[in-house]
Amino acid sequence: MKPGFAKAGPVVVVLAVIVALWYAGSVALNAKWTYDQAARNGASVTIGQLLTDTMQQERPVLPAPHQVVAELWKGVTGYAVTSKKSLVYHAYVTLISTFWGFVLGTGLGILMAVGIVRSRTLDLGLMPWAIISQTVPVVAIAPMIVVLSNSLGLGDHLGVSNGLVSKTVIAAYLSYFPVLVGMVKGLRSPDQMQLDQLKTWNASQMQEFVKLRLPSSVPYLFTSLKVGIAASLVGAIVGELPTGAIEGLGARMLIGSQFGSPIIVWAALFAAAILAGILILAVRGLETLVVKRMGVRA
Amino acid sequence: MILILAIAVWLLAWGVNARLARSRYAGSRAVRLLVPTLFGVAVLVLWQGIVMGLAVPEVILPAPTRIAGAIAANLPVLRVDFVQTILKGGLIGYVMGTASAVVVAVLVDRVPFLRAGLLPIGNFVAALPIVGIAPIMVMWFGFDWYSKAAVVVVMVFFPVLINMVAGLSASERMQRDLMATWGASYWQTLIKLRLPAAMPFLFNGLKIAATLALIGAIVAENFGSPTVGMGFRISTAVGQLALPLVWAEIAVAALAGSVFYGLVAAAERAVTFWHPSQRGR
Repeated sequence: MKPGFAKAGPVVVVLAVIVALWYAGSVALNAKWTYDQAARNGASVTIGQLLTDTMQQERPVLPAPHQVVAELWKGVTGYAVTSKKSLVYHAYVTLISTFWGFVLGTGLGILMAVGIVRSRTLDLGLMPWAIISQTVPVVAIAPMIVVLSNSLGLGDHLGVSNGLVSKTVIAAYLSYFPVLVGMVKGLRSPDQMQLDQLKTWNASQMQEFVKLRLPSSVPYLFTSLKVGIAASLVGAIVGELPTGAIEGLGARMLIGSQFGSPIIVWAALFAAAILAGILILAVRGLETLVVKRMGVRA
Repeated sequence: MILILAIAVWLLAWGVNARLARSRYAGSRAVRLLVPTLFGVAVLVLWQGIVMGLAVPEVILPAPTRIAGAIAANLPVLRVDFVQTILKGGLIGYVMGTASAVVVAVLVDRVPFLRAGLLPIGNFVAALPIVGIAPIMVMWFGFDWYSKAAVVVVMVFFPVLINMVAGLSASERMQRDLMATWGASYWQTLIKLRLPAAMPFLFNGLKIAATLALIGAIVAENFGSPTVGMGFRISTAVGQLALPLVWAEIAVAALAGSVFYGLVAAAERAVTFWHPSQRGR
């Protein structure tokens, strides 16, 4: 047996079991509707009818996997990319705010980390508040941020919509903290021996920072970037809910739930999951690239 | 004038903090508490000063004193919302989700096949935007807190599962061998060695889950809720431009989140007092 198969085998089996359970669940959960429908028509339901009917309802309690896949496929390939029905378009809208939120949050996180590592006052004063800021449920603030960005009209100055500004802020708020924590840890990771070595070479504070602390923080940075980008996506999706957005994956979920059509919600959910996977892979790719350039041997 | 005064207070507090941080008492418990407190108070004073000094409209930012007034005036409302969202939705979901995650983690640890099959999936799912299941849960369990608790259960499950599985393999080979030489059974090894060794990891997951739980409970209210709840109140109050009430709810949410996190951290200190990261405090 190849080692690759030995690793993937159990995953495939577990996935298959999940899909099987899902089918069983959708039959069980949707059966009530089928029976009600049949009772109304005065007909009886055979097992075969039950199986086929529960898997192709318009508004199932739990859509069968192939229904979700079909909706997802239709959403991705069925329309032009610029169409409002296309999931690619909605994913793109969410991706934009995810990206800017991620950039903003990462920048803020790195800046704060540098401040905290350099200044003892900031370390004692700011760090506890950074932790507290994360215990505040950001979604509680989300409607507030929407009102703020609308009344300040920041987006108009920048030439983008105010909705994008508020979503970006929420995404940044969620993604800065992992970066901050990872960066602080990374900037403090050089051990005493290395620091002493630089002292003997008469390196200045600045040189110590640029040549030793920054490079040693890179692995920590990338670990937290992966967490940060996932958090940023969550922020962008959550930010679409109270903004009354009509575009974006979060808005799709809201629309699907308001119109009572679960298949749309599930398709949007899977699109978000795929987007998350792609983003994390992208960060991982960047990591490999950077680590290789830095000459680190794995 | 007020603005200048506020800035002066800010600078003064900063100076005191800088002195304190450099003093020889910097490591003491009192200074550790005093510095962030002073920092926070200074931010509040500066906030009040900016709002009053520049006459910022209330729609953009109400002054802290106005928010405090709104808290005092709306105590019964805030209490009902707190019970609905935090205690019923958040806490019940948190307890159910983390408890089932711990049980599944022990199971996964026992069965190598599940470990190889379920863990990569769990790792992937933990990175997904799980809040997205909120509309589905609202469809299944209705508008009341059951659906909120269900969202929280799913959201906290995977981070705790991953951390707990990692924790269960944290005990060293030598320690496990020692248990074996003493003729300890699987359950004895589990309870006396591996569960205690897993605690630092478990609490790591529990702390992540604590913040996730509140997010889940509040987000789910966006997809439908009875006429109580913090998320519901905030969205409706924003619509009525009752901004001090909104900020009062945010303050309660912040306080509840911090206390929740603080309780988990305190429990961690009590349970894992032996761990290097907890010693010497």
